[in-house]
Amino acid sequence: MKIKITTKELKSDFAEEVKKRSGIDVKKCYQCGKCTAGCPVAYEMDYMPNQIIRFVQIGARREALTSRTIWLCASCITCTTRCPKEVKIAELMDVLREMSLEEGLANPLEKNITTFHEAFLNSVKKHGRISEIGMIQEYKMKRPKTAMQDLLVGPQMLSKGKLSFLPHNIKGKNAIKKIFEKCK
Amino acid sequence: MQIEEKTKIGYYPGCAITMGSSSEEYGTSVLRVAEEIGPELEEIHDWNCCGASSAHATNHKLSTALSIRNISLAEQSGYKEILAPCPMCSQRLIVSQNDVEEDEELKKDVEDAIEMPCNGGVKIINYLELIKNYCMDEIAEKKKKTPKDLKIASYYGCLLLRPPKVLKFDDPENPTSMEEIVEATGATSVDWELKTNCCGGGFTLSRTDVVLKLTNDILECAADAGADAIAVACPMCHANLDMRQKKIGKEYNRKFDIPIVYISELIGLALDLGPISLGLNKHFIDTESVVNAFA
Repeated sequence: MKIKITTKELKSDFAEEVKKRSGIDVKKCYQCGKCTAGCPVAYEMDYMPNQIIRFVQIGARREALTSRTIWLCASCITCTTRCPKEVKIAELMDVLREMSLEEGLANPLEKNITTFHEAFLNSVKKHGRISEIGMIQEYKMKRPKTAMQDLLVGPQMLSKGKLSFLPHNIKGKNAIKKIFEKCK
Repeated sequence: MQIEEKTKIGYYPGCAITMGSSSEEYGTSVLRVAEEIGPELEEIHDWNCCGASSAHATNHKLSTALSIRNISLAEQSGYKEILAPCPMCSQRLIVSQNDVEEDEELKKDVEDAIEMPCNGGVKIINYLELIKNYCMDEIAEKKKKTPKDLKIASYYGCLLLRPPKVLKFDDPENPTSMEEIVEATGATSVDWELKTNCCGGGFTLSRTDVVLKLTNDILECAADAGADAIAVACPMCHANLDMRQKKIGKEYNRKFDIPIVYISELIGLALDLGPISLGLNKHFIDTESVVNAFA
């Protein structure tokens, strides 16, 4: 993919900002592409993992934070495991996702993924543990196009006793709410 | 406060493998096997969800605090070791523990959020480690059944192994601990290539297409290697390979019928524990062929 970036858009302090937040030094990367070669989801990404690192290196902030790639990273950590320069690439994706959300830049094409994370964490916030039914319900309400998907899986899970209608609330659920408050 | 040290191991099941959850048979079989050959496990009081991928993908501090609360609870109860059979959980707990050790400021923020100190000193282990550290002799001693010609592909997935510098468990590119346990049950290990590949994990609802592709590769590779069944130690790997197997076959025009069994279920079968007591009736893909191999 051809990418056009004008020097005006570049933010020279982006790499430093990322380093300050996460301790990850992208300047160590010499673009060998090993991360991309081993990435199981690269085939779906708009930019390859090594290109995302390049964006951070040169300060192409917007390109990195609006990419679909950061959401499609499955956190399998193969890249970090194999990087010859010990750049924590999977962990870099975490911090980029965090920044992308904070600034409202998350790519709308991967809204399913961000909505899933939201529904998952809402369930934890509410009960202290995951209520699978509650989480799936919230996700499907917010992403109605997925509502018809897996219609047969749910009943089969229920019949095997693998879904419970009643959420389990932990005793310390207020402590969990406090954790969410303090970690905003 | 004086903390009494416990010899029992703190049990952190995590959400997916508790009763009434999508992978309850993993928890059921882990506990049933422990009842039979030890070591003694005791559930950590009032544990909470570790936040899994959704927390670490969106909020590092929240992810760390959710995980550390469980470790601090275990610390206060005097456990020296925690077993977390779900690799998502064990990986989150270990990485979080490592992160607060390396980052004083993060540690302070987390202790402030959970309103408990976090002193370290509790060791978190995954299920393969538990078996290798405590149970290999017991399996050899108490084994009652040897399967007839049962070929197993051991599938590790991602989070038992990666990141290796932090988890320090087995060889990240060619691990062998699951094969050792498989062979201890009397089954045969097949050599195959994709044992550490990703199944798509948490994308099962949000990007099902990605999961179908990755799991198709895994099933195909195991089938071509001649595996009768795939052994796993992760509820997400299991859910994606077992519950989605029919759909994978449809999408990719190949009929799969490969039972996906938890390593704990295999151990249980070798110990002659009832298949239902191990949750083998809870799978989507029939496990009868595996159960019968042990008959």
